[in-house]
Amino acid sequence: MIEAVNLTKTYGNTTVLNIQNLVIPKGESFGLVGNNGAGKTTFFSLLLDLIQPSTGHIKNQEVQVNTSEDWKPFTSAFIDESFLIGYLTPEEYFYFIGDLRAQNKADVDALLHKHSEFFNDEILNNKKYLRDLSKGNQKKVGIIATLIGNPEVVILDEPFANLDPTTQIRLKRIIKELADDPNVTILVSSHDLQHTVEVSNRIVALHKGEIVKDIATSEETLKELEAFFAV
Amino acid sequence: MWIISSQNHIETIPPFIAIFRPKSFNIATSKPKTPMFLKFLKLEWKAFTRSSSMGQEIAVKILLGFLGLYMVASCLVLGFALYHLLTEYVADRSPIHAVNSVLLLWVVMELFMRFFLQTLPTLNIKPLMVQPIKRNTVIHFVLIKSIFSFYNILSLLVFVPFAITCIKNGMLTLSQALGWLAAILGILLSINFSNFLLKKKFADNVQQLLPYIFIAGVLAALEYFGVFSITRYAARAMDYVLNYPALAVLPLAIGLGLYLWNYLTLRSNFHLDSSLKSKVTEAKALNLSWLDRFGPLAPFIKLDIKLLWRNKRPKSTLYMAVFFLAYGLFFYTSNAYSSLAASKVFVGIFMTGIFMINFGQFIPAWDSSYYPLMMSQNIPLKEYLKSKAALMYLSILILFLGTLPYAYFGIEIVFAHLTAAIYNAGVNIPVLLFSGSFNKKRIDLEKSVFMNYQGTGAAQWLVGIPVLVVPILIWYVIYKFSSQTTANLALAGIGIIGIAFNSPVLGFITQAYRERKYEAINGFKQQDA
Repeated sequence: MIEAVNLTKTYGNTTVLNIQNLVIPKGESFGLVGNNGAGKTTFFSLLLDLIQPSTGHIKNQEVQVNTSEDWKPFTSAFIDESFLIGYLTPEEYFYFIGDLRAQNKADVDALLHKHSEFFNDEILNNKKYLRDLSKGNQKKVGIIATLIGNPEVVILDEPFANLDPTTQIRLKRIIKELADDPNVTILVSSHDLQHTVEVSNRIVALHKGEIVKDIATSEETLKELEAFFAV
Repeated sequence: MWIISSQNHIETIPPFIAIFRPKSFNIATSKPKTPMFLKFLKLEWKAFTRSSSMGQEIAVKILLGFLGLYMVASCLVLGFALYHLLTEYVADRSPIHAVNSVLLLWVVMELFMRFFLQTLPTLNIKPLMVQPIKRNTVIHFVLIKSIFSFYNILSLLVFVPFAITCIKNGMLTLSQALGWLAAILGILLSINFSNFLLKKKFADNVQQLLPYIFIAGVLAALEYFGVFSITRYAARAMDYVLNYPALAVLPLAIGLGLYLWNYLTLRSNFHLDSSLKSKVTEAKALNLSWLDRFGPLAPFIKLDIKLLWRNKRPKSTLYMAVFFLAYGLFFYTSNAYSSLAASKVFVGIFMTGIFMINFGQFIPAWDSSYYPLMMSQNIPLKEYLKSKAALMYLSILILFLGTLPYAYFGIEIVFAHLTAAIYNAGVNIPVLLFSGSFNKKRIDLEKSVFMNYQGTGAAQWLVGIPVLVVPILIWYVIYKFSSQTTANLALAGIGIIGIAFNSPVLGFITQAYRERKYEAINGFKQQDA
């Protein structure tokens, strides 16, 4: 369970995030939508303790993230390319993450094998460093790396951006599969309403840092969201 | 009246005709060149003042500013004093001829120095390529900008005052001085622009320069043994300029020619695919499984070794470490230094610690491009710092073994080095790690290291004092009051105490990193620091 209480982030006089109370139960597939600057990445950064909250706090499975490091073993995230190590090959990167999450080479290999379709033969055994891969392929590496070590909380910021249509569809399949696991809480943010609606069972819309919609996904969700954002 | 009517006329052109007005073309051609140059200058100024290193670290700015002022002042003083110095100390020829006779040497040294220090003039041309700006304008701007580099100005600060004092003392007539200065200017421009050509050609594979260095070596040897003196010919050429000032056109023409050469190379490279697109290097696997014995630290140490091996800037710290193993030769072969007792400890601290200093002062900025990963992955901070310390311990051990051959100059040198190594491990590593908690400047791993102040903040300047000065001071004071052995033992003792208290000290340092974590993450995000 993830719980944000009285959470705000202010830079100077601008409040970029203001969440009074948000509870994400364990096992939920949580979609975060909003325009640029709505506060999606800010929320994820706070959840990962990359920035400091101005007020309030976030608890990740009862661990307050800015006072303890104990949330790290069960949480994984891919926010942007600063989560990749450019001078490693994709394999080395996966094994490195595996080392950090107590997975041996065979465990990692099994996971990579499972997702070989997602990589589309463009990632593994190519003798290329991550810094030389295209943005889309870098993203694929980052996303799959979050699955190493069976994390209980997976955070993906804009996972669909920069991916080609085929990969987007494959990614949706992966996320849905994760969402089916009652132990895994998955948080996905996106500009793309349709993708988010497809993979999430709950959607929260942020606007200028505030929660403006909080809905369980249903047939009408997409229409409702489109109506909201069509200003 | 006529002007107004013509303006009206333009405004009444129907829209479909307006489409055919080559609007974008107009901007580039019909306006004179200066405004575009001014715009570029403004861009440069903004890039300079808005880079995050400008804004924050006032201390670095001041230090670099002082350094610059100091160099300007020294050059000016040298320029004005040169005439008198030469009349005083060089008896067999007049000052101007004395200067002429060493001019070639200066050219070679200047070229050598610039090859390593001066950076190629750059302008971020990617966003400009699709704009209606003439390609030639951009290239000319980049090249002309380089003429105003600090190096050219420094040299002129010597030569111009020297020429003035020569006129004042009746050594040269005005026309002679002007001709001579023009020739110097031509030489300076030639150095400036040939350096860029050299850098473009050789920067990536310096070993290709070896044949040329060999030729220079042969010429130097011929000169030294009095077989053939190339400097005499160079001096004679400059003396001709004094006789016929108009000859200054020649060096100026060479400078111009090199400018054009640069221009043509840049022009032919003005495409994204040829020079802007980064080269893709084939990944080479490194087998580092032998490091697995480090247990939980192994993944980090392996990562750091890949970091060092696969990136330009960290790799140069490795080269430096090997290169500085020869540093002791300077000291131990010269009587003046080897009689200085403290020099052994200084050399020891330096040689066994050079990697520690170069690598340690930029912890954790080496990991700046993926710091958010390191901070959110399953990595306890203390383990992370321990692994950095382990790498530095390893380097001290290896470098100490590398200094063992200095036993040739006396066994007490080995003891001094051992003392220094222990002190480095026990005290300097924690000091460097602690100073690293103040680092918040991004480092681009692929940029070259020479005169690269990226990632440098006040912490880097301040940390030099405890790391280098303190141990020598301690050693020297004890040595003065007792003996060399006691001083060695005391310094090593301090180091051993440091090693013994390693764990609590590391805990304290971890706390410092935790406190400044957000600052570091934010600072490392700023590109072009």
